[in-house]
Amino acid sequence: MTQAGTAEVPKVTLYSYFRSSCAWRVRLGLLLKGMSRIPYEYKAINILKGEQFTDEFTKLNPLQLVPVLEIDDVKLVDSIAILQYLEERFPDKRPLLPKDLVQRAHIHQVVFLIASNIQPLQNTQILPVIEAKLGKEERLKWAQYSIAKGFSALERILEKTAGKYCFGDMVTLADVVLSPQLANAIRFQLDMAPYPTIRQVGQALNELPEVKASAPANQPDAPNL
Amino acid sequence: MSPLCRSWGCSEKLTFADSEMATQVTAHTRTDQLPQKVTLYSYHLSSCSWRVQLALLFKGIPYEYKAVDLSRGEQFSDEFTKLNPLQMVPVLAIDGVTLVDSIGILLYLEERFPDKRPLLPKDLVQRAQIHQVVSLISAYIQPLQMGRILATIEAKFGKEEQLKWIQDVYRKGFSALEQILIRTAGKYCFGDTVTLADIVLVPQFGNAIRLQMDLAPYPTIQRVGEALNELPEVKSSVPANQPDARKS
Repeated sequence: MTQAGTAEVPKVTLYSYFRSSCAWRVRLGLLLKGMSRIPYEYKAINILKGEQFTDEFTKLNPLQLVPVLEIDDVKLVDSIAILQYLEERFPDKRPLLPKDLVQRAHIHQVVFLIASNIQPLQNTQILPVIEAKLGKEERLKWAQYSIAKGFSALERILEKTAGKYCFGDMVTLADVVLSPQLANAIRFQLDMAPYPTIRQVGQALNELPEVKASAPANQPDAPNL
Repeated sequence: MSPLCRSWGCSEKLTFADSEMATQVTAHTRTDQLPQKVTLYSYHLSSCSWRVQLALLFKGIPYEYKAVDLSRGEQFSDEFTKLNPLQMVPVLAIDGVTLVDSIGILLYLEERFPDKRPLLPKDLVQRAQIHQVVSLISAYIQPLQMGRILATIEAKFGKEEQLKWIQDVYRKGFSALEQILIRTAGKYCFGDTVTLADIVLVPQFGNAIRLQMDLAPYPTIQRVGEALNELPEVKSSVPANQPDARKS
């Protein structure tokens, strides 16, 4: 089923790791678009234990990363591609992009600022390399610096565009990608004082039931603490 | 210099008059018409700028090329900062609006001019597969080997480690890409039609060659890259053929 606006209920499986930012984006996107009414099967892949490197998972995704989304007989890889697919396939289920092309371009700018210029520079592929060579303290500094550099740029954009959320008062793909990144920033103890708009938007997002439900701590594979 | 670029009066100096003028309000909606005025602020060695230039050329959209000399810090000038507070290229000024971020710009051009040599098919699953390749290159390869990161790696770990880092980035990224393209490629990344995946691949392939990466393990990438390099739009857009390349 590859037609836009299709109304049937798909069967959905999500391969995810509770703490993966990219998996969190997809979980959040699914919930915001009302897919919680369609229960999806959650298949946990333990990144720390290297489960992404098994032959079975590598066949599913040669890039050996989560998330992977199976929807009916379609397999989709890459969180941004998945979000774009969901948006095109279910345009009437709580749109996460406006119709205006310029607004869409501005939202995409924020999406890719985070997804290409922040997250890949502080993810589970890079940080262990930094730690192995230079130690834990350098790893933390690297993570903080990577996020800070991106957040400085993001703050300047959101100063102009934010209402309750990143772009006015409607939740968009920008917010979907920001939520997990903000959680990472806090986890890495980044000083958030220079980014008042990001903080404010983050607080509003954290109030959303979809953000809470998709958060790492509420996933089936989150360790019981 | 591309014929399109020449006919629209490429300037090699940086001026901002046209970005401040919006003499007509243009509706930015899906259209068969060409845009009124397009200016691309670019640096000849920027992969991201190269992507946008390719899209403009493939879609037959005339534009003016304005060079921003990153090697001399022109992106930090007051003038350019006013145009783009993020102080980065590429910037596309089009019909009175300023757009930043190469992938965002590619998507805008495709949405606004979908019938001018479409760079995405209509099928949603194929689109998702193309977006996956775009992400793979633009999020997982390009940022990890951009100048600022390589300089940091060299400063922290030394030159030898920097070289190993680059090789590792390409090995991981191109191995994954090869596995995808083996299944999807025809003449180009996806069948025989140029798509956004090819547009993002061209500069990355160029970088790989410039960095002397061993491409033997990636025969599909090599074949597709070479086929793309034959296209007139690609030849027009290569760094060496840009107005600011000949000055440096």
